[in-house]
Amino acid sequence: MAAVRTRGEVIRHRLSVTAVLVILLITLAPIFWITATAFKPRNLATTMPPTVFFEPEISPFVKLFTKRSQLREPPTEEVYNAAPWWEKTVFDGGEKVVRSGRGEVQPSGYPSRFLNSLIVAITSTVLAVSMGTITAYGFSRFKVKGEDDWLFFILSTRMLPPVVVAIPMFLMYRAVGLNDTHLGLIILYTAFNLSFSVWLMKGFIDEIPKEYEDAALVDGYTRMQAFFKIVLPEAATGIAATAVFCFITAWNEYAFALIMTNRRAQTAPPFIPSQVGSGLPDWTVIAAGTFLFLLPVAIFTFLLRNHLLRGMSFGAIRK
Amino acid sequence: MAHIELRGVTKTFGAARALSDLSLDIADGQFFVLLGETGAGKTTTLRLIAGLEKPTEGRVFIDGQDVTGWGAAERDVALVLQQYSLYPRYTVRQNLEFPLKSPIRPSSPAEIAARVARVAKTLRIEHLLDRKTDRLSGGEMQRVSIGRAIVRTPKVFLMDEPLSALDAKLREALRAELKDLQMNLGETFLFVTHDQVEAMSMGDRIGVLNKGVLVQVGTPHEIYTNPINTFVARAVGSPAMNLMPGAVERGQAVAGSLRLPLEGAESGRPLIFGIRPEDLELGGEGAPARVVDVENHGVEKIVTLQVGAQALRATVPVTLRVVAGDAVGLGWNPGKVVLFDQATGRSLRHGG
Repeated sequence: MAAVRTRGEVIRHRLSVTAVLVILLITLAPIFWITATAFKPRNLATTMPPTVFFEPEISPFVKLFTKRSQLREPPTEEVYNAAPWWEKTVFDGGEKVVRSGRGEVQPSGYPSRFLNSLIVAITSTVLAVSMGTITAYGFSRFKVKGEDDWLFFILSTRMLPPVVVAIPMFLMYRAVGLNDTHLGLIILYTAFNLSFSVWLMKGFIDEIPKEYEDAALVDGYTRMQAFFKIVLPEAATGIAATAVFCFITAWNEYAFALIMTNRRAQTAPPFIPSQVGSGLPDWTVIAAGTFLFLLPVAIFTFLLRNHLLRGMSFGAIRK
Repeated sequence: MAHIELRGVTKTFGAARALSDLSLDIADGQFFVLLGETGAGKTTTLRLIAGLEKPTEGRVFIDGQDVTGWGAAERDVALVLQQYSLYPRYTVRQNLEFPLKSPIRPSSPAEIAARVARVAKTLRIEHLLDRKTDRLSGGEMQRVSIGRAIVRTPKVFLMDEPLSALDAKLREALRAELKDLQMNLGETFLFVTHDQVEAMSMGDRIGVLNKGVLVQVGTPHEIYTNPINTFVARAVGSPAMNLMPGAVERGQAVAGSLRLPLEGAESGRPLIFGIRPEDLELGGEGAPARVVDVENHGVEKIVTLQVGAQALRATVPVTLRVVAGDAVGLGWNPGKVVLFDQATGRSLRHGG
């Protein structure tokens, strides 16, 4: 960081720190809200004015992972005492955990939806980024006939709001049996992200001097070997940035997931709001689901933060 | 070691013509310098020999073998570039090992270690071996680049302005080092530069390129004393050759208000008189001239003179007392005058 010296610089420095703090507050407020609600007792979730100080509870998470039903009357003391600690928290909320005939706890739909989200987002990200990188490399290094037209065409696939084609897509998917399958969503999200990935990666690969590959070719390597040994490591920053963007897009996608899937391949975004509790909306459960849903993106971004910082300052990558 | 031959090579990029019908012979073990301005086609020539470009027409031979269709990896050449020639993220050692680990010409680990050690010693970069390349100075980087070229024994070394990005002192030092290296290795070097000092001081032979055409090939001495045309005369020498349009009248060269003795030239024909700055003489009897500027270079002075509308530059011994504003008599060494045809710019000695 540059040393702060003159009075004017001090003031400017303080102003920018203040601005950053304000933006940070605005950005973090919803995340704090969701996190707080995920640990609130149900009766404090919707109070007005909002409850800020409370004793955190784990019950929203227990409810999130189990199938429950409304209690008509409170459980007998015997049943209550025999229940494990987590089941008691459900009883306390006026519900009971649904068990099978043999007494096994019935899980809610959340874990499988979460797993679906992971499968679909990770696979489509890997596909979009790898295909995008190779395509971008081709456009960057070789003379492609009608290059600008091709690139415009690739970009143009993003110009229409995707939801516009939802109905025809749904009909086509139904006809070929792709609705409610992982593969269907993966294809869809890969197609969404590919144009973005090509454009972003082309920018990054253009920045890598061709001379490295020339040197490698002369040193006795094929173009493929030069690509993997020289270009790919150099493009790591760009790949990381592109991967984060693609992952977030696929992870957050709601509209198509809602239309194309209902059980087997349903992802978390359409599932979470459908769990408004058995009976009245239980916002704590929704908040708990959202809270857990935020974590993979946060972890993924955190792991790639060094690459991202460099990747975001496009063009200023090196030299 | 190898003999390189280009035969009638033309290279076009779309509508742009980078090289026209270029034929070139580089003998085994020669230090050949291609001299030309930016866009003259030097780098294209080098890339054609390296196999990074394919000629539109013509053929490339290395050691008598037609390699026109071969890829870069198969040609067994080494390349040193002006910059970006070291692989980033690699250490110096990994950079030096890289060509030896090529799947096309694999070497044993023991041999790799031995070769890297030998090269590091030759170039005095042993202390840098485990350093990352982005922690090197410009001079160290170019040393490592050269190291990566000589670590295996390629047929030919191709160098694309390897010294241009360095500061003057370092450039001079590396120039001498590179020349020494070539003499010790006895290998064929093709060195591309826009710097005529580099060309003159390093080359066994120089090829001057202008707009994709090879204008003249010769030893530095031939190129300097006997340029084929006014382009070469201007391109080589610092300061460049003085060129004065005029004609011969009764045993005198007449260029504007300048009249100097000249024997044996055809009278009346429109000519350009070429004279090197060191062949101009100041003082004594001669054509009247005015000193406009004096640059002291230590061993010599470069004097800018005004003769009528013509500006001339002369190099004189530093002992000669001359200051700006002086009126001096200007003479020349008639034996050193090069005559060019005014219409074609071609030297009369070369049949202009």
